[in-house]
Amino acid sequence: MLAKILPNGSEFVQKRLILSQSDGRSLSAKALFLIILNYLRKRYYPGGGQIGHAKVGSTVSVFDRAYDDTVRVLDEEGEVVGDLPDLDDESLVEMYRHMRLARHFDGRAVSLQRQGRMGTYPPLSGQEGAQIGSAYALDDDDWMIPSYREHGAALVHGLPLKQTLLYWMGHEDGNNAPPDVNVFPVAVPIASQIPHATGAAWASKLRGEDDAFVCYFGDGATSEGDFHEGVNFAGVFDTPTVFFCNNNQWAISVPRERQTRSATLAQKAEAYGVDGVQVDGMDPLAVYSVTEAALEKARDPDADRPRPTLIEAVQYRFGAHTTADDPTVYRDDDEVERWKAKDPIDRLESYLRNEGVLDDERVAEIESSVEAQVADAIDAAESMARPDPRELFEHAYAELPPELERQYEEFAALRDERGDAAFLED
Amino acid sequence: MTDTQNLTLVQAVRDGLHTELREDDDVVVMGQDVGKNGGVFRATEGLFDEFGGDRVIDTPLAESGIIGTAVGMAAMGMRPVPEIQFSGFMYPGFDQIVSHMARFRTRSRGRFTLPMTLRAPYGGGIRAPEHHSESKEAFYAHEAGLKVVIPSTPREAKGLLAASIRDPDPVIFLEPKLIYRAFREAVPEEPYTVPIGEAATRREGDDVAVFTYGAMTRPTLEAAETLGEEGIECEVVDLRTISPLDREAIVEAFEKTGRAVVVHEAPKTGGLAGEITAILQEEALLYQEAPIGRVTGFDVPYPLYALEDYYLPSAARIEDGILEAVEF
Repeated sequence: MLAKILPNGSEFVQKRLILSQSDGRSLSAKALFLIILNYLRKRYYPGGGQIGHAKVGSTVSVFDRAYDDTVRVLDEEGEVVGDLPDLDDESLVEMYRHMRLARHFDGRAVSLQRQGRMGTYPPLSGQEGAQIGSAYALDDDDWMIPSYREHGAALVHGLPLKQTLLYWMGHEDGNNAPPDVNVFPVAVPIASQIPHATGAAWASKLRGEDDAFVCYFGDGATSEGDFHEGVNFAGVFDTPTVFFCNNNQWAISVPRERQTRSATLAQKAEAYGVDGVQVDGMDPLAVYSVTEAALEKARDPDADRPRPTLIEAVQYRFGAHTTADDPTVYRDDDEVERWKAKDPIDRLESYLRNEGVLDDERVAEIESSVEAQVADAIDAAESMARPDPRELFEHAYAELPPELERQYEEFAALRDERGDAAFLED
Repeated sequence: MTDTQNLTLVQAVRDGLHTELREDDDVVVMGQDVGKNGGVFRATEGLFDEFGGDRVIDTPLAESGIIGTAVGMAAMGMRPVPEIQFSGFMYPGFDQIVSHMARFRTRSRGRFTLPMTLRAPYGGGIRAPEHHSESKEAFYAHEAGLKVVIPSTPREAKGLLAASIRDPDPVIFLEPKLIYRAFREAVPEEPYTVPIGEAATRREGDDVAVFTYGAMTRPTLEAAETLGEEGIECEVVDLRTISPLDREAIVEAFEKTGRAVVVHEAPKTGGLAGEITAILQEEALLYQEAPIGRVTGFDVPYPLYALEDYYLPSAARIEDGILEAVEF
C-alpha cells in the first residue's frame, strides 16, 4: 500500500519498515508519519533539511536514514533487531574472540602501567564493539589511520599486540608496523590524523587504485579544525575515506553535549555533502554492517553517492581517558553502570549462545587462548632490550646530517667513558 | 651549450615546478589559487592548463587541510608540493608541520617518509598588508626532521626546488618574495639540482665574513661593494639552506677572516644569527678577533609598511654592522 502512495519508493519504505520494526517497537502512527515525512523531504529537498540528505534517484541504503535513526542489529540482550550481516559462524566467533582479546589486553595493559612496567596508557574497554566490528569490514589492502586508542582495531588489521605494547612502553618501534600491515602510526594530537586519511585516500584515487581508508577519532575531535578541514577536503575531492567517530561520550572530562549543540555527530556530514550515519557502537554487528557499506561505497568510483562517509558510533569508554585520569571526578557511577549493561562483548556472546555457536566450553577455550596470547605478547615486548642511543638519531632524516652525526659521536664517546649508569634513571 | 631562459626568481620557481611535474607523475602541486589562477604571484602560471586539475590542484582555503592532506599523500609515496600563499598564513597548519611533517619518519622508524615540499613566499619589503611580510624561518629550522631551504637567485631557485622535491625528507621552501622579480638570470631549461645543505660564497674577501640568505643577500652585497671601495673586503656567504646549516662553510669563512656579521630580516632574538654565532664559538673561538655582529630585524611585530624600511636591514645598517666588526 505504501508503495502505491509513494511511487518509486517501495524499496525505501520497506527498508524503513523493517528497520523500524526491528527496533522492537510497534510501528506507531507517529513513526509512520515521520517515515513518510522523512521520505518526502529527502525526495523533494535533497540535501536541504536536517533530517535527510539523499540524492534524488540514488540507491536507497543505510545512508538514507535520519541521522538520529541509530542502526542496530543486536539489542542489549543479544536479540536480533535488525538486518544481520552476511558473516559465517566462524567469522562471528573470530570477531567475538578478538573482542575478548582486546578486553583482556586492555586489563593487562592497565595493570602493567600500575605496576610500573608500562607508561601512560589509554584504555579501550567498552569500545571493542566499535573497534573490532569496524576493523573486520576492512580488506587487507585497505588502510587504517588510527588515533591513539584503537589497539583493538589495529590488532584486527594485523598490527601485533607486541607493537602496541612497545609503543606504550616508550619504544618508537611500536609504530613500525610490519610492511604488509596497512596501519598508520598512532596520532596523538586530536583530529590531526583526519586530513592524513583524506590525503592518503586522495593519493590512492589519483593513482587509480581502489583501496579504501578508514580514519578513527573521538567525539572531541569533531570540535577541532582538522576534523572540518579533513572531512571538507574529502567531500570536495570525493576521496575513498570512511571517517569513523568513536563517540565514547567523554573527551577526558568534557561530555559529548559540551562539544557541540548538534543533536548528532553524524549530521555534521550534511555540511560537507558526504554521507553520515549513526550506529550503535556497542553493537559489533551493526558497526560491521555500516562500515562495510561505507567501505564498499568508498571503493566504487562510479557510485552515485559521495564516496566519503562519516560514521558516528555511539559507545562508552568504561574506564579512564588514560591511566593518568580519574573519571570518578567528572562522571557518575550510575552512568557507567548503565552503559556497562550494554557491553558489546556480552551482547555478541548472548547472540552466539542463543544461536548455538558458543557454549561454556568454547568460551572457556577462547578465554584461555586469549590469556595466553596476551601473556606471550607481554613477554615479547618486555624482553625487548632498551634501544641503542644511536636509534635516537637514525630516523630523523633519510641520511644523518653531519651535525647530527657529530652530536651522536660526542654523546657516544661520553657514554663509553662514563657508562650507561651515568645517564639512565632507575 | 645548455639552452637557457632569462628568468626572474618567481619564473624560475614556476619553471622548476613545471620540470618536476613533467619528470615525475607522483609530483602534484596544490594550494589556494594555484590552479586556474596560476598563483597569486604567478608561481604556477600555465601549469594547470598543461597538467590538469589532478596534478595542479586548487584546494579549499584551509592551510591545515592543505598541509595535512599533503602529509597523507606523501605517506603513500606521492611527492606533493603544497603552497601556502604567504608564510604568514602557515600558522593554522603549524601543528601539521611540527607534529607530523617533521615526525613521521621518526615515528614510524622510517616506514613512512614524507617526500613533500611546502612552498611559501616569505619576508618583507613589498608594501604588503599585515601578516604578509614576516620572516619566521627560525621556527622551522628549530624543528628537527625538517629541512629549510631559502633561494636567492633564479638559477639556484630552480635547482634547489628540484632538489627539495626529489629529497626523501620534508622540506620547507621559503621564497623571498621581495626579489621575486628583482632581476633576471640565465636559467637552464633542462632539469638540474642544486644541493641542499650547501652554502655559496657570493663574494670573496679577507677582512670579514658576512653570512646571510634570501632577500638580504642583495643589500649585503651592496654594502660589501661600498666597503670594498674603502678597502674593506667582505666575504659574503649565502647560506641557501638554513637547516641543516653548512657548518663547514660557515667555519671556513670565519677562520679566513676572524670576524663575522650575520644579516637576516627576521627578528634578532632566537634567530639564525644566534645559532651561527654559537657555531663559531664552538668551532673557531681561537680565530675570533671581534664580537660577532648581528644585523637583523628588530624584536618587534613586523610593522605595516609605513615603517618597514626602518625595520628591514638596509645596506646602511649592514655597512655599519660590518664596520663595527672590522674596526673592533
